[in-house]
Amino acid sequence: MKITVAGVSKEVAEGLTVAQLVIDENVEMPQYVTVTVNDDFVEHDSFEGTVLKEGDSVEFLYFMGGGAV
Amino acid sequence: MAFTNEQIERYSRHIILKEVGAKGQKKLLNAKVLIIGAGGLGAPTAMYLAAAGVGTIGIADADEVDLSNLQRQIIHQTADVGKPKVLSAKETMEAMNPDVKVIPYHEFITSENILDIIKDYDFIIDGTDNFPAKFLINDACVMAGKPFSHAGIIRFQGQLMTYVPGQGPCYRCVFKEPPPKDAVPTCKQAGVIGAMGGVIGSLQAMEAVKYILGVGDLLTGYLLTYDALKMQFRKVKLPSDTHGCAVCGDHPTITKLIDYEQAECDGVGL
Ligand SMILES: [Zn+2]
Repeated sequence: MKITVAGVSKEVAEGLTVAQLVIDENVEMPQYVTVTVNDDFVEHDSFEGTVLKEGDSVEFLYFMGGGAV
Repeated sequence: MAFTNEQIERYSRHIILKEVGAKGQKKLLNAKVLIIGAGGLGAPTAMYLAAAGVGTIGIADADEVDLSNLQRQIIHQTADVGKPKVLSAKETMEAMNPDVKVIPYHEFITSENILDIIKDYDFIIDGTDNFPAKFLINDACVMAGKPFSHAGIIRFQGQLMTYVPGQGPCYRCVFKEPPPKDAVPTCKQAGVIGAMGGVIGSLQAMEAVKYILGVGDLLTGYLLTYDALKMQFRKVKLPSDTHGCAVCGDHPTITKLIDYEQAECDGVGL
């Protein structure tokens, strides 16, 4: 099935969970990433239980604190 | 208040714009913007707002200018090393434009003083480099009903969002809690390209100007991300459901400001 990850269309396996996508996408420090699917937040304790569907749009939002004092 | 001839000439490129005009320029001259952090983001923001004729600019930062700041904090000069950043910033802004009144706050922003400082301002710029300050600014602006621009930069990446009360999510809607101390690289550990502050700080100045003029679409409800290596901007839509947020939601659980532990290389300006 096709989903969109950070604006890029991808072919992924049926039944893919958010938890597996986070691994597949090599998300840096996944414990601190904010995930949205179709403009809804997915809580961290729901990563395993959230199965993606055809056409879903997933975004990873990262903490960005600053450069250098 | 009528413009002087000098002002008509100084602001002619603004006044000629139909979105600004004489009326808009007066709005800018009457506006009050607070910039928290006189560093990589705050420097270009402050300079563009001063040049634009924003009449009152507050600038808060507890640090002194360090030689390693000059790679990106273009409001400070080599001769300013050792000087409080807010004074160096004030001198630069006032030299650029005598119409601007600069109010320096040479202190750390804390839960004790932030509400008192932001109360007189129309728009707040978060130009800080650490998560405790970012969450404090967010929570204080939500509680005080003040619009603000969030931004963060690191390495070759930047992000930006605008909060306006009642018009979309706040920073805490998106990022629930600050990451543990030193968990996410900030500050000296990671590095940043100096021009990143110029790109993202200038966008913060642009949001402030648009807010003051009341023109265009602000970055409310969106997170703008910038990847300089890919040379890619993305405007990512944020969830519009803010009901459950701990600070701006329907039943806030955060009703008092929190001073989170600072990361090791603390200090307000990037
Ligand atoms: Zn919120």
